[in-house]
Amino acid sequence: MNRIDRIFAGHRSRGEKALMPFLTAGDPDLETTERLLEVAQRAGASVCELGIAFSDPIADGPVIQASMAHALGGGASPGRVLEMVARVRPKLKMGLVAMVSYSIVHRLGVGAFVRDAEQAGIDGCIFPDLPIEESGEACDAVAGAGLACSFLIAPTTPTDRAAQIAGASSGFVYVLSRGGLTGEQMELPAGLGGRIEGLRSVTDLPIAVGFGVSSRDQVRRVLEVADAAIVGSAIMRRVAARRDDGQDAVVEEVVEFMSELGEGLITGVSL
Amino acid sequence: MVMPTPTPTTDTRPNDTPDREGHFGPYGGSYIPETLHAAVEQLADEYNRARQDPAFTDRLRDLQQHYVGRPTPLYLAARLSEAAGGAPIYLKREDLAHTGAHKINNSLGQALLAIRMGKKRIIAETGAGQHGVATATAAAVFGLDCDVFMGTEDMRRQRPNVLRMQMLGARVVSVSSGSCTLKDATNAALRDWMESSPHTHYIIGSVVGPHPFPMIVRDLQSVIGTECRSQCLQQIGRLPDHLVACIGGGSNAAGLFYPFINDESVKLIGVEAGGRGPELGQHAAPLCKGQPGILHGSASYVLQDDDGQTADVHSISAGLDYPGVGPEHAYWHDSGRATYTSVTDSQALDAFNQLMRTEGIIPALESSHALAYATQLAASLSKDQTIVVNLSGRGDKDIDEVARLLQTDSSVVS
Repeated sequence: MNRIDRIFAGHRSRGEKALMPFLTAGDPDLETTERLLEVAQRAGASVCELGIAFSDPIADGPVIQASMAHALGGGASPGRVLEMVARVRPKLKMGLVAMVSYSIVHRLGVGAFVRDAEQAGIDGCIFPDLPIEESGEACDAVAGAGLACSFLIAPTTPTDRAAQIAGASSGFVYVLSRGGLTGEQMELPAGLGGRIEGLRSVTDLPIAVGFGVSSRDQVRRVLEVADAAIVGSAIMRRVAARRDDGQDAVVEEVVEFMSELGEGLITGVSL
Repeated sequence: MVMPTPTPTTDTRPNDTPDREGHFGPYGGSYIPETLHAAVEQLADEYNRARQDPAFTDRLRDLQQHYVGRPTPLYLAARLSEAAGGAPIYLKREDLAHTGAHKINNSLGQALLAIRMGKKRIIAETGAGQHGVATATAAAVFGLDCDVFMGTEDMRRQRPNVLRMQMLGARVVSVSSGSCTLKDATNAALRDWMESSPHTHYIIGSVVGPHPFPMIVRDLQSVIGTECRSQCLQQIGRLPDHLVACIGGGSNAAGLFYPFINDESVKLIGVEAGGRGPELGQHAAPLCKGQPGILHGSASYVLQDDDGQTADVHSISAGLDYPGVGPEHAYWHDSGRATYTSVTDSQALDAFNQLMRTEGIIPALESSHALAYATQLAASLSKDQTIVVNLSGRGDKDIDEVARLLQTDSSVVS
């Protein structure tokens, strides 16, 4: 059984919810990302999304766009990211999901990328710019390697299409809390609960909600209706704020914020 | 001899590409975040209705004739041909279309689609500024809100077009990420559309992007080739032997080529920007020097590094300074129906000067690439062959930049 499935099955049987941080691999550098993964696990993360930097991330807002530009400037290529994953994997029990543009995967070859990712210790993939219509080859490759593959569902996705997307997904489905780009928001959209209820009728997969989830309070409200809350820009904004102060300062900042997000939640991977 | 009358239309479909999901063979498709799926589906549905609706096609035809000034002339450039030696060169004068380039053909058609979809705001990316000006013009004539995204490097080298857009009432949003050129402006426009699509239509300026954009832009630009084909039959008495057009994203080339696709005697030649040389980063010639990849929503030829990161590109011409190309060109490239070549910055500048001095016409630096290749080709052909060059835009916008280049680098002119 894939690690993502095992983690969510465990949560479900114990009535727990999951915290899913997003980290851009290589911001501020890969060594720090390695430390941040351990921080995330200690703070109660069940699964961590690891963003592989892309030169043209059209779905990302300014925080993650700048974060990826920084990571690319430091040489965080897919190969070096997977080397880092292989180093840190023995220290981690949480799931690791690679979030990577299909532009990169297409160039590397989806079979080769998925094989290398699996060998490094990645448990699942998200290709944010791969629609289900074009996903046949990728789904086969990902399933063949025993990895999970999660597709995104937008507020504008009609129910029948959402059912198809969930059908193509494994591990969990990624529900966008709102339209637009990644980035922090003050308020969660009204109607999110209703959308998730609707999705429950077409899929049994765990539902993870991301885009705009940026505070402890919002994480809790998301977890009232969803199985997992994804927090990305709010973390990477804090990384960016301390980037010039060195690795320790970045780690300290993220420890503090992640602890705040995880405080009082019964989450995390049973060690 | 039958003398057909030019009948501009948006529905010239000599073959059945793309398929329902926008594929041109292995290229095209719709590689976009799910958030945009509903918007592109709405556009495809609306376009399918519109192109069979006389209310749309008649309105567009009327605008093409009375607002844009179509048909644009097919002009025998006698002194240019003489200077080149060999085959006569005809120019399809898209530079004489309102706003000074072929871009208006697309912007007006897509603005009509925006209105049909009830969208009151339009956005566009622009490199040379010609698509931005055309879209700002369409916004003015239809009373729509308009934001144009433009890289800061392009704003510098195409300043007259920045002022023109602003005076037309559009907001020009400067983009200072990445290489500060067309690719980055396209990213910014796509990001805006991710947030704004319920009330905003994104008028992509070339035959690029996710389905249905490559098909819609090709169809709207096919008025060029449809007119040109009729004009050749009337003025020359037969079809031309060679069509030559510059390729950035490839819309002026697609518009010229497409109505000739089934005329197998007509050779189709796309001219990419060879920039300063063949090394990655020095040119903008994905069909000549790149490989299949995915960029801005479709699979086509792209310029990437080994990890799939989009490469830096360079061209003297802001409109060709783009690392991707329309998926249908990739399809024609692989099938051999069209061939693709490139000319360098300095060859394009020479052609710019040559057309001014032999014909009194200021070509856009983009179109100068097509001219540079056409004069070489003409010299290799006999006088009974004919070449048509798409003179896709006028070069008034380039005067300051050319003057700067001539002053600072004497090596760029011979």
